[in-house]
Amino acid sequence: MVEFAGWSMPLMYRGIIEEHHHTRSQCSVFDVSHMGRLKITGEDALSFLQGLCTRNLEGMEPGVCRYTLMCRDDGGVLDDMIVSRYEQHWGIVCNASNREKIVAWLRQHAVDRRVTIEDQTVATAMIALQGPMAVERVLAMIPFDISGVRRYRFASGVYMMTSYTIFRAGYTGEDGYEIVVPAGLAKLLAFRVLGTGGEPDVAIRPAGLGARDTLRIEAGMPLYGHELDEATDPLSAGQSWCTDLRKDFVGAESLRRRAEAGLKQTLVGLQLEGRRTARQHFLVQAGGKCVGRITSGCLSPTLGASIAMAFVEADHAREGTELAVDFGGRPVPARVVKLPFYERPKAKET
Amino acid sequence: MTIPDDRKYTQTHEWARVEGNIVTMGITQYAADELTDITYAELPEVGSTVTAGQPCGEIESVKATSELLCAVSGRVVETNERLREHPEYVNQDAYGKGWMIRLEAVDIGPLDGLMDAAAYERHTAGG
Repeated sequence: MVEFAGWSMPLMYRGIIEEHHHTRSQCSVFDVSHMGRLKITGEDALSFLQGLCTRNLEGMEPGVCRYTLMCRDDGGVLDDMIVSRYEQHWGIVCNASNREKIVAWLRQHAVDRRVTIEDQTVATAMIALQGPMAVERVLAMIPFDISGVRRYRFASGVYMMTSYTIFRAGYTGEDGYEIVVPAGLAKLLAFRVLGTGGEPDVAIRPAGLGARDTLRIEAGMPLYGHELDEATDPLSAGQSWCTDLRKDFVGAESLRRRAEAGLKQTLVGLQLEGRRTARQHFLVQAGGKCVGRITSGCLSPTLGASIAMAFVEADHAREGTELAVDFGGRPVPARVVKLPFYERPKAKET
Repeated sequence: MTIPDDRKYTQTHEWARVEGNIVTMGITQYAADELTDITYAELPEVGSTVTAGQPCGEIESVKATSELLCAVSGRVVETNERLREHPEYVNQDAYGKGWMIRLEAVDIGPLDGLMDAAAYERHTAGG
């Protein structure tokens, strides 16, 4: 167990590498109850969120969720999150480490707006099931039909007096679901999912934060505090795809100026020679000169290679560029490669 | 977990076993378990000299990178080449096939100041 943003979290159960492989080949259960879960209600909810999110939320139907960022006025990233549109309200799932900051930020901007912000984090629990067998297993387990819920969609409602939300999303690069239920039912849900007390399903096993990190690195997904922070703008961090500079939101003006001036650094993927792991803050060099820094790295269990994400000067960001990572005075050769490092086979997906 | 009583232990979880003037070193099973899956061991070159109390290598795991501190001063005569392909040997058998360095000690005197198995067991039981 480890302390994380005030929560006591499982780093691993059986071993990070084993849990990683299990997620890629079968199905893992992650307790992600530490993630912030916020509810935004009121007539102004859409325009309120539009004014804060980098992503364009226009046209989102109930049952749709989208990945977005929120920025400060200067374009620095406050957090990344999933925004979801319910029938009568909106939801946000944000990082545990930023929850209080985001709640304060929302409340500060809610003054004189017809919106209310409710922090439902401690009242609810959230469990993620991820892996190639996750969809089939969850469909068999849930007493109602959610087979029509595609990627970045969700089902929500009340079943036997229990309100639930089931997102078809995740943070591992695999298909799967994230299930939110009242906190009091968390244990029951976990037992149900893991088959505790009955015949356990060997395909479904628990996994911890350690595997969650190596899985998301392989999937090229940013982690706040590594690839994203208040000193980093979404464009440099490779998040232009969810940053709509044609609409107005807090930070948009600064970001337009930055885009026009050209970006000084870019987030890239690196593959290192050998088996050493590049850690956050290690320096990246070109011809002995420092041109960037590592944000995350691991020995990829799936690829068997040392991979990392790094911010490098724009001149050195092209795929195939030969760079080096400084391991305390010893340079290890590294090549710029395409992100993500890993993509799941998509043939059977709906 | 059994802690072998044929060797000495450092506060920083290295072990050292003496045979004549040759000292074999590695990290303890406690350290290996704490680091979780070990992915790489950066060991000193054969022929290089190392100093007691100073870093002589780095152990990388899926969780963290940590320094290997030398228990005695001397010249490296052999490193465990098999760890290159099989760093998991350290997790599986930290006191046996997970050994790391063999060195010719200048003076094995400093080993007297290290913990024996019973003392190391108490050392790790506390935390």
